[in-house]
Amino acid sequence: MSRFRYFRHHMPYLPTDACSGKLLVIEGTDGTGRSTQASMLKEWLEVQGYGVIDTGWTRSKLVGQAITDAKLGHSLNRLTYCLMYATDLADRMEYQIIPALKSGFIVLADRYIYTAIARGIVRGADPEWLRDLYGFAVVPDLVCYLQLGVQELIPRVLSTGKINYWESGMDMNYGDDLYDSFVAYQSALIHEFDRMAGANSNFVTLDAREAPDVTQKRLRNAVAAYLEEGAVARGGVNGER
Amino acid sequence: MDFHGPHPYPGKLIIVEGIDGSGKSTQLQLAMRYLKTQGYPVFFTEWNSADLVKKVTKKGKKKMTLTPMTFSLLHATDFAHRLINNILPPLKAGMIVLADRYAYTAFARDVVRGCDPTWVRKVYGFAPRPDLALYFNVPIDVSCSRILSGRAQLKDYEAGMDLHLAPDKVSSFKIFQSRILTEYEKIRHEYGLVEIDATQSIGDQQQLVRRLVDQALADYHPDETAPFQLERVVAPATELNLDPEREETL
Repeated sequence: MSRFRYFRHHMPYLPTDACSGKLLVIEGTDGTGRSTQASMLKEWLEVQGYGVIDTGWTRSKLVGQAITDAKLGHSLNRLTYCLMYATDLADRMEYQIIPALKSGFIVLADRYIYTAIARGIVRGADPEWLRDLYGFAVVPDLVCYLQLGVQELIPRVLSTGKINYWESGMDMNYGDDLYDSFVAYQSALIHEFDRMAGANSNFVTLDAREAPDVTQKRLRNAVAAYLEEGAVARGGVNGER
Repeated sequence: MDFHGPHPYPGKLIIVEGIDGSGKSTQLQLAMRYLKTQGYPVFFTEWNSADLVKKVTKKGKKKMTLTPMTFSLLHATDFAHRLINNILPPLKAGMIVLADRYAYTAFARDVVRGCDPTWVRKVYGFAPRPDLALYFNVPIDVSCSRILSGRAQLKDYEAGMDLHLAPDKVSSFKIFQSRILTEYEKIRHEYGLVEIDATQSIGDQQQLVRRLVDQALADYHPDETAPFQLERVVAPATELNLDPEREETL
């Protein structure tokens, strides 16, 4: 039986052994169609016979609503923003992600700590502090990064009708203008994502510029390639990856 | 900003630590009296939940769904909120900030709950290091008799009931608090907290506290800090404006 790994700091009361599931993450900025892609992938995986549990950022029972409320009231600052996200992740990690991994499910995460770290860095938080803070996160087996340049992203977000205050980084005072702020903020995020994709070996970068079905095909290919490789490893003498 | 060096602000940060019933709050209140009487600008703060996470913590505690990690992170969020809104502004303005409990409380409590010691310390890396940290050390029996005689009922998390140490709150509280004492002992060495024997009389302890506070304030010069400086700068400028020669140059 294989085990999972924590990024930096373990949760001492949750041992890492006896874990047959896989953690798959889909990352990408707003407007990449990430959530749609994730739900299409879930359906496809289930058709293949895999048990899938999906999880998403700020969806914890404990603080999901509190984060939404705090964002509406603009009462979060850089530090509390990061800490609230970490609380949300810890709650889902213990009640959802780790139990599912131990039960042999594929956990499909719509965004993960990479989003949180990118947002924190763009907001000026210390990158080392962020990596330590989210250091209790389980290392994903595969991260599919849906890549889109800011030029392709703008028309997509505009066509949804509304630019969101937080998606524009308006809390960061890039400027008074919502559009200018949006471009500056999203460009900085994309830069961070690109950097992380280059620095982490578990990342697969997928071109998300084309139609959703084309992107989905690429995503399925990447996941299938990984799972086949994993199946071989699981069948070997040493089951640990 | 981190725990490894002195903070860059003109104010002073004095904090007290110790388990419940160590008498630290009494000592801090008396120290505040002492400082105020001398005319120092003093700001007091304690570890109370800010609105930001109060509702969440309450809900989590009621349903007993808080894990060691979420418990720790909610308190860290709360601490950060309080640091930004209550502690940093007076510290930057050159005031003396007195804090009843600080990050060390989390280092002790969260580790007893099962969090990784290194991780907890890293999480609080954003906090400024106090100029004076006093640790009120008291044996577990003394603290328990003080707490249990004076208070109506122990709360679940306060007694560490989530750790399943004992079936009843009083026994659980004793085990929980003695484990926290063990952690405090490590923290005291690690961060150079000044230990005070909390079994001594209130008066004797306070005498020592005041001496330590005086020492910590030896290089404190409130007249050089921002708001005070402002008064001095404004005054001559006003005089200048009243000067006829000055009028001409305008």
